[in-house]
This record gives sequence, structure tokens and C-alpha cells, in this order.
Amino acid sequence: MWLVEARTVFSRARVRALLVVLVAVPVFLAFAVYLAGGPHNGQGPTFLDRASHNGVFTALAGLVVTMPFFIPLSIAVMAGDAVAGEASMGTLRYLLIRPAGRARLLAAKGAVLALFCMVAALVVVMAGLLAGVVLFPHGPVVTLSGTTIPFLDGVGRSLLASLVVGASMFGLGAMGLFVSTLTDVPIAAMAVTIGLVIVSGILDGVSQVAFLHPWLFTNYWTSFTDLVRDPMHWGLVWKDLLLQLGYVAVFGAAAWARMVTRDVQA
Amino acid sequence: MSGPSDLAVETHGLTKVFSGRPAVDGIELSVPVGSTYGFLGPNGSGKTTTIRMLLGLLSPTAGSWRLLGREMPGAAMSTLPEVGALVEGPAFYPWMTGRENLERFDSMGPGRPSRSRRARIDDALARVGLTAAAGKKYKAYSLGMRQRLGLASALLVPRRLLVLDEPTNGMDPQGTREIRNLVRELATGGTTVFLSSHLLSEVEQVCSHVGVMHRGKLLAQQSLSDLLASAAPRLRAEVDQPEEAAQVLSGLGLDDVLVAGRQVSGGLAGVPPELCCRALVEAGIGVRMLVPEQVSLEDAFVALTGEGFDVAG
Ligand SMILES: Nc1ncnc2c1ncn2[C@@H]1O[C@H](COP(=O)(O)OP(=O)(O)O)[C@@H](O)[C@H]1O
Ligand SMILES: [Mg+2]
Repeated sequence: MWLVEARTVFSRARVRALLVVLVAVPVFLAFAVYLAGGPHNGQGPTFLDRASHNGVFTALAGLVVTMPFFIPLSIAVMAGDAVAGEASMGTLRYLLIRPAGRARLLAAKGAVLALFCMVAALVVVMAGLLAGVVLFPHGPVVTLSGTTIPFLDGVGRSLLASLVVGASMFGLGAMGLFVSTLTDVPIAAMAVTIGLVIVSGILDGVSQVAFLHPWLFTNYWTSFTDLVRDPMHWGLVWKDLLLQLGYVAVFGAAAWARMVTRDVQA
Repeated sequence: MSGPSDLAVETHGLTKVFSGRPAVDGIELSVPVGSTYGFLGPNGSGKTTTIRMLLGLLSPTAGSWRLLGREMPGAAMSTLPEVGALVEGPAFYPWMTGRENLERFDSMGPGRPSRSRRARIDDALARVGLTAAAGKKYKAYSLGMRQRLGLASALLVPRRLLVLDEPTNGMDPQGTREIRNLVRELATGGTTVFLSSHLLSEVEQVCSHVGVMHRGKLLAQQSLSDLLASAAPRLRAEVDQPEEAAQVLSGLGLDDVLVAGRQVSGGLAGVPPELCCRALVEAGIGVRMLVPEQVSLEDAFVALTGEGFDVAG
């Protein structure tokens, strides 16, 4: 069932378009840096100044650039559509009388959403790596700590970073999935989910609510950069993953409670 | 009194209230196994709401129900595989072909071996006449083709019960005829068919049993022949002296005698038509035509509700 669900979702033109955008951003970034020479050391977003030093940094810069907006946007679109989209098309009623089972259907939706999170982060890094290797040097990588690691080590770390970024989106995905069970209008669910990202991002920047920061799902989103230190710093990454797990537990349970009781009118 | 196993659908006090207003109001359905049950009612009378509750999509405000003898909604996962349904029109994924859509629904639940999938889909598509369009994207389907695909989906496996909510909506006369034949064929094969419709003629032509819905209430539920027999038949005559004829007929005991131009009509109320004919002739009235009217389902419906059929609830 999960496999069939994945095939249905990924066969959709809209979903492929989202992935194309996620591929295009790092590639565009690489070309822009290649043509313009890139910002000088220490300017622009993290890693962007190093994007032209090494293909590995092109990939990481791609992550940094897509992390605050493009990746969460695509997750919000997918999550918001997950249940509300089926409701608005009317296919939800036919899945339920198949009977797919309400809880099982939700689980399949959640699993494919998690897969999409991973794929989204992975395509960004892969596209960045490819563009970076073609346009820029691909020798040993100078870490943020100043040490040098072999190129393949750097590639491994950027792939690891994409896994962390993908998992960092699980909390958002779970919230979006919950919102998606509340309505028959997918656009509304998407908008609310994007709104959650924006609100969390704003709160994260307000020092008066610093007590909230450790609980915001966006708070540790940039922790993946610690993986490019030598040795790797796992502290914030673990905190991030634990927090995401908490969000998945809470909002997954809420989505389940709503899904198994809701009246299907559409 | 029939045992629970004799009924494919059985409800007790089934009720759904939407914001204070009952859409379905304490209905007691009894659908015998093997029957073709016409669930008849004008738009807005509560047919779709009832069907949604039967299939576990809506939870009733009150009441209980059984499908195929099993208590619902508890037995949904074991019962619904034996129930094919079309609810409020078809719904599929527009970016997938007809065949891909059927593949998805077939594989999104228990009890459908993937080995036989291809053959089952081919068979279902052939039954509804969609073989040629199977490779087209759903978004390119006409309304009638969509309805057919919905039926194909309900026919992917043999079913004991088929619940069809207005299956001929949006179909041309040819398609309507085909659906009617398909329903007859399925019923002959032993499948119980629960068919909702706002079309009297549709129900009259294919159904063995009728339930009449009106403003959320089930007004009557009988075999079609009993229902027609229970509605009072009328006599209609065309005569040269309508006023006199009306007096004669009233004198014989006909009720509700009406005159319209040269036509006179009245409820027979048990008076044999032959007697009416003789009485009119003996009174010196020229009779051009005299017929005991065939009672239609529409007459029965009007008799039950006191309203025309087009009134929405
Ligand atoms: N989700 C809903 N919210 C409020 N009222 C509803 C809802 N669904 C149906 N109704 C009302 O319930 C009544 C019965 O509707 P329905 O079951 O669709 O009738 P039918 O299928 O016989 O045309 C209508 O008056 C309709 O307006
Ligand atoms: Mg309806």
C-alpha cells in the first residue's frame, strides 16, 4: 500500500515540478556564482562564499539557500494536499470504502510524506554536487574548523547533511498532515502549514520569547552545518532530531484522532 | 419476521442531523438479500446521506445498522470488501489513466491478489464498455465515461451487495440502457443491488423493491408490485356530457371525481370499471373512451407524499 501510494504521488506532474524547482535552485546558484565570481569571503549566506572553492560547498550552499523557503514550501504543499487533496477530489471516500482503513491510509500518507522530505533534501544536494563538480574544483575539502578532509569524505558529509535536513522537516510534515485532515480544501491546508513555518521563523528571531526557542521546530534547522566541522558536532543535530520526533508524535497522534473520527462529506 | 441473514441492509432509527436539521430521520431500511431495491426520492431527500452512513463515511447521529448481517461500523473492514459502491458520482485521479486508477484502488486495501489484477481490471472495463478508453487520462473522460469507470471499480471483484447512488447521472440514453441491463444481469447473478435514484422510471424498470424517501423520512417500503397495488387506481373517461357523467360516477361511489373538458376521472375505490361503463351508457351518456388508469410509481409517490415528485426536501 505504501508503495502504491508513493507511485501515485510521485507520478503527479505537480510533485515532479516541485522536485524540478529543488534541482534548479542549486544549479542556478552554481551558475550565478560561476559567472559573477560569487561573494567575497564572509559575505552572503553561510557556504555561499565557499561555493566556488569546492563542489561539496556548492551542494551545502544549495541546502542553506533552499532550507528556509523552498524545501519547507514543498513539504507544506505535499503535506497540506495529503488528505485534503483526496477529500477535495472525492477519492477519499472511495479509498475508505475500498476499505483502505482510516489509520492505515494515514500511515501510508505519512510514510510517503517522510519519503518526500528525504527526497527533497537529497535532490538539492545531488544537484548541487553535480553542478559544483562540473563548474568548480573537486579536490580535498577545507572544513569549517580549518582542517582538510578528502573529497569523498566531503561528499559523504554533504549526503549526511541532506539526510539530517530531510529528517528536520518531519515535524513540519506531521503538522501539515494534521492540518490536512481538518479540511476538504487543500490550498487552505497548504497555506496554514506555510503560515506555521513563517510564525515559527519569526518567533525564533524575537529575543523576548527566547524561552520558546528550544521548542520551535525551525530552531535547529541549520544544525546540519555542524557536520562540516572537524570533528563533526552532533549536539544540536541530536537535539533537532529529538524535537522533530516529538512533533511527529504529537501531531501524528492528533492527525490519527481526527482521521479515524471525521465525517467524510466530500 | 425475517432473520438478520435474510437482509442485506438493515437499519434501525438511522438518523443524521446537520446543524440542527435532520437530513435523515430515523429510517428503518430492510433490504432483502437478492432484491433490487430502488431507494427513491427527490433531490435533497437524504439518499446520499443514508448511503454515506451505511458505508461508514458519516457517523450517524443516532441509530444502528447491519450490512450483510454484520453489525456496522465494527465489521467494516471484513464487510466492505464484499460491498461495491458508487457514492455521489465517481471520483478518480485526473492525472492517471482509467486503468492506472483501477490499479490504484485495487491495490489500496486487503484481499485483492495482484496476480489476478490485470485480468480482473480487463474484465471490469469490458463489462462497462470502457476497454477502448482504458489508456486515456481520466481528465479526458466525459461524465458518462467517468460514471462507467466508477462502476468498473465497483465490479473489480464479485460482490454480494452493490450500492449505487444515482448511477445513470450524466449518462446518455444509450448508457442509461446499458447500466439498466448491467444491473439486471448482476441481480440475476444473485447480487443484491441497492440503487438510489430520483428517477421514477429508472426504479420502475429495474427494481423488485422500493423504499420511498421524502424529507429524510422513509415513507414506504415494499415490493414494487405491492406498492403499486396499494395506490388507488383511477378511471378516466371521455364523454359527451361530462357534468352528468361526473354525477353518475360520484353516485356509484367513486371519489375525487374531476372534470377537465370532455374528460372525467375519479378514484375507483373498489368499483369495477365495467360497472361504471354500464351505468354511464344506461344514463344516456355517450362514451368515447373509458380506461382504468395504469397506476404508475409516480401516482403512488404522490399518494404517499401528497406532493409532486419534483419538490426538493
Ligand atoms: N454536509 C452537510 N451539511 C449540511 N447539510 C447537508 C450536508 N450534506 C447534506 N445536507 C443536507 O441534507 C439533505 C439531504 O441531502 P442528500 O442526502 O445529499 O440528498 P439526496 O442524495 O437525496 O439528494 C439536503 O437537504 C442537504 O442540503
Ligand atoms: Mg444524492
